[in-house]
Amino acid sequence: MKIKNSIAISNTGFIFNPVSGESFTTNQMGVEIINMLKAEMAYESIKDHIMDKYEVESTAFEKDYYDFVSLLKAYLVIELDK
Amino acid sequence: MNKRKSITVAVTGLNAIDNPGPGIPVIRCIKESEIFNSKIIGLAYESLEPGIFMHDLIDKTYQIPYPSAGMEVLFERIKHVNSIEKIDVIIPNFDAELYSFIKLKDRLEEIGIKTFLPTIEQFEERHKVNLNSFGDKYGIKVPASHTINSPNEFYKLPSNINFPIAVKGKYYDASIASNIEQAQQHFNKIANKWGLPIIIQEFIDGQELNVTGLGDGNGELISYVSMRKQYITDKGKAWAGVSIEDDNLKNITQNFINKTKWRGAFELEIIKKKDTNDYYLLEINPRIPAWIYLSFGVGNNIPEMLLKLCIGEKVSPSLHYKTGKMFVRYSYDMIVDIEELEQISTLGEL
Amino acid sequence: MTKLSYERPVIKKVETGMPNKFGLRTEYLPMTEIENNKVKDLVKEYGSPLFVISERLIRKNINEAKRAFTDRYPKVQFAWSYKTNYLDSVCKVFHQEGSWAEVVSGFEYDKALKNGVPGKYIIFNGPHKTDEELLKAINNDSLIHIDHLDELYSLMSIAKGCNKKAKVAIRINLDCGIYPMWDRFGFNYENGQAWDALNKIMLNDYLELMGLHCHIGTFILSPMAYSVATSKLIDLSLNLQSKYGHTISYIDLGGGFTSKNTLKGSFLQGVDTNPTINDYADAITSTLINSNIKPENLPTLILESGRALIDDTSFLIGSVIANKRLTSGKRATIIDVGVNILFTSFWYDHKITPAQPFSHFTEDTVLYGPLCMNIDVIRESINLPLLNKGDNLVISNIGAYNMTQWMQFINLRPNIVMIDLQNNVHIVRKRETSETFERSEQTPEHLNKFEL
Repeated sequence: MKIKNSIAISNTGFIFNPVSGESFTTNQMGVEIINMLKAEMAYESIKDHIMDKYEVESTAFEKDYYDFVSLLKAYLVIELDK
Repeated sequence: MNKRKSITVAVTGLNAIDNPGPGIPVIRCIKESEIFNSKIIGLAYESLEPGIFMHDLIDKTYQIPYPSAGMEVLFERIKHVNSIEKIDVIIPNFDAELYSFIKLKDRLEEIGIKTFLPTIEQFEERHKVNLNSFGDKYGIKVPASHTINSPNEFYKLPSNINFPIAVKGKYYDASIASNIEQAQQHFNKIANKWGLPIIIQEFIDGQELNVTGLGDGNGELISYVSMRKQYITDKGKAWAGVSIEDDNLKNITQNFINKTKWRGAFELEIIKKKDTNDYYLLEINPRIPAWIYLSFGVGNNIPEMLLKLCIGEKVSPSLHYKTGKMFVRYSYDMIVDIEELEQISTLGEL
Repeated sequence: MTKLSYERPVIKKVETGMPNKFGLRTEYLPMTEIENNKVKDLVKEYGSPLFVISERLIRKNINEAKRAFTDRYPKVQFAWSYKTNYLDSVCKVFHQEGSWAEVVSGFEYDKALKNGVPGKYIIFNGPHKTDEELLKAINNDSLIHIDHLDELYSLMSIAKGCNKKAKVAIRINLDCGIYPMWDRFGFNYENGQAWDALNKIMLNDYLELMGLHCHIGTFILSPMAYSVATSKLIDLSLNLQSKYGHTISYIDLGGGFTSKNTLKGSFLQGVDTNPTINDYADAITSTLINSNIKPENLPTLILESGRALIDDTSFLIGSVIANKRLTSGKRATIIDVGVNILFTSFWYDHKITPAQPFSHFTEDTVLYGPLCMNIDVIRESINLPLLNKGDNLVISNIGAYNMTQWMQFINLRPNIVMIDLQNNVHIVRKRETSETFERSEQTPEHLNKFEL
């Protein structure tokens, strides 16, 4: 699972998908997670990083993370593993 | 050489689409002014309103909340924009937002922003639902109309309403029905979309004529322009029109202003009945219409006069204009970088 | 190092309309306190969900309403509409402020007596009053508002039976240009029913006609309708004057004034567009004052306002149970407030405010209640900041009807607290327990044994 190379994300959280022509906005947490996904970090290290920095429990983050990733998939921002 | 007066004007209605809002034409009129050197602040609801991207006309655009979010939220947003831009005047151009701007008049003035809008009583009184009593009160001929809340009420319509009839929604939408069954169908369709009540109006066949103008709030007509639509789109909007001068229209307009003491800009939709040549007032829009650039074209720059009224300058009436001037609308494609959409949709400013 | 506060990641498609997002500014503030009590503390102490009533706001509303009318008209009397909220504490605040009681059943009538309201200050309305209740009301000199002919005849015979004059008024329904016209209550004005009933009363020895009553509807957005209703009641009173030389002592215009709530389907916010109490006062009193009633005969104006006085004094605190994603991609949030305790969510888009700080990012959310029932929807669509499990919400303008029309269904009903003028919190109705129900139930002995 990785973010498509063609996807551009700005610091303000604006995402443009040049293949579909769709645009999206995401919040600061979304920007951080997408950038980590772009750097091909695994879920465990993303989770550790977020939990170090923010006040959140591991189960709560896990649920939010997979919900977010499912939306990224739905919006075709993520490439599925072959 | 530049002796023009500097002024910052905020304008809404930047949706210059196929059913256009009046914002862009208003701005073009203001830009033509030889009195004002204006900085234009766009106020947009949606991120794809074309005006947002017209940088030669609009200096900076801010998104504002929909009227449905409430007055408080709208005022907070405008206060914020004002703290950056120091707005002198706001010209709101949407029917749906006028209620809020009229109610906010005093609070806007407290932060230095002027408007020149109808009073809340004038605004409510001219509502479609109240057209009959409006006509009675001011001696203006209007089509017989009746407000109903259930499709069964078609069976007990007053005797002065005969088929065909126009079935109209409270805010928008209208259909013509030639019998009860058809009327009931329209009723259901329109009621589902725009809610109750539904207005039943005598259908008057004839030529539609429009007047736009400006009242000073004391019963004097400051300026006006009459127009006959020459080409109408499938949305019922004028694509081309020509300025005309008809004493009947002038009298109706002057009578309307004298009696209501209308304050600010307006548009009258009038129909000249086919057989009798009687004039009926169909609707009163409490704002500038989208064809206002014609007013500059015929020599009566109504938005410029409105600005003067806003800042408290005296405006002497100007009731003559050139007839036979046409407006012909066209659409135009702009090229916009996606970064501009990013700006307006993430920051709410461009 | 302290950690930063967490907000869940979210991504939204850019649609042409994005009304709720303006850079780094938030549009509205969280509601962390009610009358100087922290929402979190209230929940900790009294549980969630929790109804919270502000005594200060009730007194403020009734005094503003009294001022609106008495500034314009010399004789005004408010009567508290019990059915809107008949918690004893609420009723007593109104009685302390001088309001009479307006009741619509024997149960409410007894409640008013028990709350210490003298019988002669109780207005007995409604289509169903039993013979015993009528007898009690006659003996207490209460004001009985007759709803139909059957009741009129019963009352005549009961009053004759106990040889005491009953103090009565009739309820009148009339066309004042609003829809729907409530013609199911009382006697009709336009077709002469009302005049007919008044004649029957005037000619009876055991009935004393005190006043005329009407109640044109609920959540009436047009003050002018009250002016029309008032003028029709005045018309009847002038006819009584000229035919019988009888002067009625009051005109009761009922209630029906709006609160600050936003009706479903309305485009603008109720708080911006709904008439104020001053608008209604103006319409009613100017009609009375400009009428042909002689100044010395001007009747007392009675008002039975309920919703307009109580709705915005009360709040319902709830908590987030879970967040879900529907198959459409839409966010769904489940809270512990169901339609069984927030009945009014069927007709209002209630204002809902998070009780903790949030960022500017919002999501279009459907808010579900906790019931295992498809109809349990609090808001079909609301733009809310990103809420986490356990976060609290405050629902505003819920004081009218919810604490009387609520039902025990699936869950037990929660605590209701009132915050007094010194910001002290009092439980005014305890949360229900299983015993609340066991007390009323009885099981036939043979059903008690079973094996599974």
